[in-house]
Amino acid sequence: MNRVLRIAGGVAFAAAAVALVLVLPHWLSDAKAAEFARAGCFFIAIIGLNLVTGYTGQISLGHGALMAVGAYTTAILTADHGLRDLWTIPLAGLVAMAAGFALGLPARRLSGLYLALATFAFAVAMPALLKRFSGLTGGSQGINLFDEALSRSTGALGHVHLAGWTLATNDFLYYLTWGIGLVLSGAAWLLVRGRLGRAFRAVRDSEVAAASSGINISFYKTLAFAISGFYAGVGGSLFVLVSNWFVSPSTFTFDKSLLLVVGAVVGGLGSLAGMALGALFIQFVPTWAANLSSAPGAPSVFFGTAIVLVMILLPGGLGGFLLKLTEPLTRRLYTRSE
Amino acid sequence: MLVGVDWAGVAQQVVAGLSSGGTYATLAVALVLIYRATGVVNFAQGELAMFSTFVAWTLTRHGFAYWPAFLVTVLASFAGGIALERAVIRPVERASVLTIAIVTIGLFFIVNGAAFWIWSPEVKSMPNAFSTRPIRIGGVAFAISDLGIIGVSLLAVLLLWLFFRFTKLGLAMRAAALNPESSRLTGIRVSWTIALGWGLATALGAVAGLMAAPPLGSFDQNFMQPILLYAFAGAVLGGIDSALGAVIGSLALGVFLNLLGTYVSWVGTDLRQAAALAVILGVLLVRPAGLFGKLAVRRV
Amino acid sequence: MPLLELRGVTARYGALRALQGVDLSVDEGEIVAVLGANGAGKTTTLRAISATVKTSGEVVFAGKRLPRRPEAVARARIAHVPEGRGTFMQLSVDENLRLGAHVRRDRVGIKADYDRALERFPILAERLGQAAGTLSGGEQQQLALARALMQRPRLLLLDEPSLGLAPRVVADFYAGVRELNEREGMSVLVVEQNASLALASSSRAYVLEVGRVAVAGTSPELQRHESVRRSYLGY
Repeated sequence: MNRVLRIAGGVAFAAAAVALVLVLPHWLSDAKAAEFARAGCFFIAIIGLNLVTGYTGQISLGHGALMAVGAYTTAILTADHGLRDLWTIPLAGLVAMAAGFALGLPARRLSGLYLALATFAFAVAMPALLKRFSGLTGGSQGINLFDEALSRSTGALGHVHLAGWTLATNDFLYYLTWGIGLVLSGAAWLLVRGRLGRAFRAVRDSEVAAASSGINISFYKTLAFAISGFYAGVGGSLFVLVSNWFVSPSTFTFDKSLLLVVGAVVGGLGSLAGMALGALFIQFVPTWAANLSSAPGAPSVFFGTAIVLVMILLPGGLGGFLLKLTEPLTRRLYTRSE
Repeated sequence: MLVGVDWAGVAQQVVAGLSSGGTYATLAVALVLIYRATGVVNFAQGELAMFSTFVAWTLTRHGFAYWPAFLVTVLASFAGGIALERAVIRPVERASVLTIAIVTIGLFFIVNGAAFWIWSPEVKSMPNAFSTRPIRIGGVAFAISDLGIIGVSLLAVLLLWLFFRFTKLGLAMRAAALNPESSRLTGIRVSWTIALGWGLATALGAVAGLMAAPPLGSFDQNFMQPILLYAFAGAVLGGIDSALGAVIGSLALGVFLNLLGTYVSWVGTDLRQAAALAVILGVLLVRPAGLFGKLAVRRV
Repeated sequence: MPLLELRGVTARYGALRALQGVDLSVDEGEIVAVLGANGAGKTTTLRAISATVKTSGEVVFAGKRLPRRPEAVARARIAHVPEGRGTFMQLSVDENLRLGAHVRRDRVGIKADYDRALERFPILAERLGQAAGTLSGGEQQQLALARALMQRPRLLLLDEPSLGLAPRVVADFYAGVRELNEREGMSVLVVEQNASLALASSSRAYVLEVGRVAVAGTSPELQRHESVRRSYLGY
């Protein structure tokens, strides 16, 4: 009975989330829709980061760079190889998955801070590498699909026609990112509920115990990084689309990796609803801070203060807080069923 | 055959490398201090050092000579570090390590932004701490300022080591870092030792910032960020739980970076950071706990 | 007036109540034992005194309510040797001993106690520079006691000192504690799983069952007590 209720609760929650995502654009201006679409990209990358940090306990400071891998895959395939931008999204995920796998290899030997340094190195190296291999990446100029592949950039002209419907581009991008985000979060949810999720959690909670119960730790760590890379890659790919079909090395400096970690923890590790809140936090709080005062440095002070305050007041993150709010309700449901 | 190697040039580059390595080492020890006390890497460590440096810069603009400003700033940073810990770290003292780490990231943004807010974004410059004259030792000309920076950095670290090794408070701080529960039973006020650790780390950071800033010629509010990166790398290279390791790791890194920048042209400035980190990574794969760190014994 | 008195002390770990109203006292110069099965609340009783667990009720020491912070309890001269001894494994024997005296300011007295500790435990004098983690179990137990004595405590709290040690070593340890008590009048509250040993070494004892005092009395009385004998002494 409990199980049925729990699944019903999950379905109801998912339905509510889908409904919310569907109707939201009605209240959003065009510019706001674009911002929400960006948040959608962060949402996807944070789900990936959460698989690594929240479920296997491995800190990654390199997810911004994994986003970059996805972003450049999309940009290069669309600009130079004649693919339509939308079709490159899964490919970007796969390429970043390979990169995530490679990044996860040192995780076999390193843990904790040493792993953080490895991922940090990857994040710091990425912009420099992108500039270095300018033949492929366009160097510090980056790649502008709007100029180079306008016909293959879906919606670049302001509207998208889809099965008889006409959508404003930013609404389309909003639906695209959050649609993919919801599907992928559903996939992550199924993933962490199953065998794989148990193995991930076992690695996080105790490596020694996990190993002695026959779980191949290094395999699961690397796997977590690979899957996580797929998510970051898809997020990065979409990020090109929502950034006016433009990408350059300065899009993915170390700050992006740092922001993603902030988003994941502020959102509340381990909870999928928290991930969405974390994504909205890193998208909107800086903008909000910039509106508060235009003095140099002031927005940064406000943003930092917001981070510190959330962590002090809600140690479980925004998602943990949400859970606490809804707890009385779920507890009532459970008691009735008993 | 090593024909054509300019050994005097190499020696100069090594000393210059030790000089920048010295500032990395000072900041690295600050990172180790907080890491051992709270189990987190303080992402704001570099920004705090930058803030201290700007305070000193303001003092030098108001009639202070370099060294008096240095002294006042280091003391003020010590007090500031303690105050900061009480204000933002103490409330999350019992939270997870990740939470504390994120708080330090928040601090990074706050301190960086505050410095831009207070001091405006134009670049600054500072009087030199040491004479810029070269000094000739064994036929090789070394910069006095390089030697001075090496000396001050090592002195700061040495003083700290003496404090930890030979004072009651230093012993209590080490005990609190190793075993907080048992320390409290012994009567040590663990929470205060953490605050003290922040104070010392911030003061050390001030030393690092004040050594690093003048040779740059001009600097802005972001000047400590690459130094933090190298300090972190140096600390991890040496083994993050070992202060001595952090010093040696940072010095080695300073020399390595300088030689790399001078003699390997392909690398260039852009890839220097990446190359350094890649080499460190290679070292870590061979010695996962760093050169001097102790690997926790794990039976699997 | 007793030196230490617990009145209706309850303690909890989260939602779990480990003590539910314990009354207990230790007089000046007494050795008092706390017995009980695993999970009866023995360790929690000591933790309630040193405030390393959340408590309610009154803990009175030398006529004053004890503050609810472990470092303040240590400052009131209560030495707590916890489960696992609380040794600082990475620090040297010398540093461990000096940490014991952290709350004291009397340099001369500290020096005298330091010398006496080394006299009492000569093996420690040989190992002063060695990391405490390298000592054998018996030596570590000596170090734990020596460290506690460096605090010059008015009350010594011992948590299962016999755990994991050879019988011979345990006997020596208890002989040492009794000697401290007789010669220097030190008050001791000892938690022990080994009931016959604890009763033989103490003047009074309490038996805890699921967080409550089930039986209390002098040690000879308890040695004769029917159910105590059956449950804890095994004859």
